[in-house]
Amino acid sequence: MEKTLSVTAINNGTVIDHIPAGQAITILRLLKLVDHKNQVTIGLNLSGNRGFKDLIKMENRYLTDREMHEIAIFAPNATINTIKDFKVIKKHKALLPESVIDIMRCPNPRCVTQNEPLKTCFDLYKHNEIIKLRCKYCEKTFLREEVKEYVA
Amino acid sequence: MSNHFYDRDLISISELSQSEISLILDTAKKIKQSPKKNLLQGKILASCFFEASTRTRLSFEAAMLKLGGGVCGFSDAGSTSAKKGESLYDSIKVITAYADVIVLRHPQEGAARMAAEVSNKPIINAGDGSNQHPSQTLLDLYTIYECQGRLDDLHIAFVGDLKYGRTVHSLSQACAAYNTKYYFVSPDILKMPEYICDYLSSKGMNYSIHSNINEIIDQVDILYITRLQKERFDEAEFKQIQGKYSLTAEMLREVKPNMRVMHPLPRVDEIEVAVDRTKHAYYFEQAENGLYVREALLALILNKELF
Ligand SMILES: [Zn+2]
Repeated sequence: MEKTLSVTAINNGTVIDHIPAGQAITILRLLKLVDHKNQVTIGLNLSGNRGFKDLIKMENRYLTDREMHEIAIFAPNATINTIKDFKVIKKHKALLPESVIDIMRCPNPRCVTQNEPLKTCFDLYKHNEIIKLRCKYCEKTFLREEVKEYVA
Repeated sequence: MSNHFYDRDLISISELSQSEISLILDTAKKIKQSPKKNLLQGKILASCFFEASTRTRLSFEAAMLKLGGGVCGFSDAGSTSAKKGESLYDSIKVITAYADVIVLRHPQEGAARMAAEVSNKPIINAGDGSNQHPSQTLLDLYTIYECQGRLDDLHIAFVGDLKYGRTVHSLSQACAAYNTKYYFVSPDILKMPEYICDYLSSKGMNYSIHSNINEIIDQVDILYITRLQKERFDEAEFKQIQGKYSLTAEMLREVKPNMRVMHPLPRVDEIEVAVDRTKHAYYFEQAENGLYVREALLALILNKELF
């Protein structure tokens, strides 16, 4: 099974591997892959060396630096493979951005971003493998799991 | 000498360096010693209180008037177009055109940060929900400095509601720059939040946790008492714990001679009135210092040159 979903199985495009199980759908939405005219293959709950994982393969779609940063928020250990002619020509580790603007909603009900025409902004920290987000406005710090993304 | 506070916002105490805090405290001291009557003549402060806070509002307005400036504004959201549904964004856009500095109190957390982004005039945060109230923290630091002659290496006890008290959270974080030894005295359900304790540990500070003032009263330089809110307890429970977190004159017999009692006020019955007549009471001086510290902030923000 793992073999048929292997990295070399697409002609040109990108493979995002080592996504924590359950996060592929979020990343799909983040990258607006549903509107994408080319083929997208997703693997959910695949068994990998480090437990279950998700995987996304997309034909003819390449990621910007910004997108790679955004993916890191949901999949900090993801590997991003760029494929040309069935070969991996580049391998990136997802890199956590310093801040994330207008993607996540502040969970604090008293935060000014709930009511005013504002783009949310969080500073990101990684401490002992735990990702925390600090709202620029209400200055509260949240665990990654507590903060939900805006649904586009 | 020019001053880099000129035209700056004051939103959060954490944005100030130690030397910037020292500059504010020194300026407050100078103003307390010799008032600057006409320093801000012709300048206008917009005092925008979207929720009531009489003490803070009066002290900002008095500070501006004492420096020769003028004040306009409102004291609760009921009298503004916020009631008609206007966004804070629009309100600030409009008010910005009228004033040289805006003092903002608002129930939403982050309101002052947003206002600073919207306005091209300096914003002073006078409280945004339970988030920040930097002039309170600065007046607390000034008061400690004034009554102890220094900020470094002091033993400070925080007593009462340590869980919800914004004042104690900000002050305890600010004190981490001064090698403070902390004593946290509170009922278990109102103890200091973990994130504050973690922050203090990360700065190498020592703290200890107590459930009775008497355990620590003879060891400290500052006893910072806050109000326990009755509504957080049932009546029997409140009666039982009240005594442990209240101060009577009797309890002051063995304390250090330099020990001073602070309280952000209003007090209810956590400090007996008889304490007022001892040399240890310092909470009314603390309230008065609010005026000088706010004068210092206005003077630094609205004045190009240092004096
Ligand atoms: Zn927030």
